[in-house]
Amino acid sequence: MSIEVRIPTILRTYTGGEKAVEAKGDTLAALIDDLDSRYAGIKGRLITEDGGLHRFVNIYVNDEDVRFLGALETPVKDGDSVTVLPAVAGG
Amino acid sequence: MLTLSQALLDQVLAHARRDHPDECCGVIAGKDGAATRVIPMENAERSPTGFSFESGEWLRVYRAVDDADEDLLAVYHSHTATEAYPSRTDVLWAQHNEFAHWLLVSTRSDDDEVRSYTISDGVVTEEPVEVV
Repeated sequence: MSIEVRIPTILRTYTGGEKAVEAKGDTLAALIDDLDSRYAGIKGRLITEDGGLHRFVNIYVNDEDVRFLGALETPVKDGDSVTVLPAVAGG
Repeated sequence: MLTLSQALLDQVLAHARRDHPDECCGVIAGKDGAATRVIPMENAERSPTGFSFESGEWLRVYRAVDDADEDLLAVYHSHTATEAYPSRTDVLWAQHNEFAHWLLVSTRSDDDEVRSYTISDGVVTEEPVEVV
């Protein structure tokens, strides 16, 4: 089982410069754990210490923002695509 | 230095006036460091004091720029009651974004006020806006 995860430029320091990597898991949380096992530190940029989705990133499963799906409990399966983007805001 | 044509700058200024009294936001795409087009975005906050990109629109724009072999050169937004200088919130978010340039417009008066900055590791540096 393999899911493509697209990584934005700002996080490619963790993936050795790779734009897209493969990961496994039944949920987004499990997928991120799997990513972190090979790209140490990336989890800390995606998930807060309280275990929530970081507000500075958007994560999409098949182009749907996971905040409107099940957040970190969003189920994922073989063939799905996951995209990470920096969220953009200011004041 | 941020270099762009008068036509592109006019699009940014017009967007800022259109959305006033709320802040406007958008991106400027570029190729080889030169601005190619302005992409106005929806301010999901619809607020006079803040902005955020609507996540679905942002994904579509990010892909379209990538597919056209362009870069996201700059993010722009307006301040509607204060000067065109990055707020603390802007500096915080800049640390998590990829934009080489932050273009700010102020719509607090009828005079156009537009300034550009680089924001790196929390340090704001003003740079010239060159209109060509």
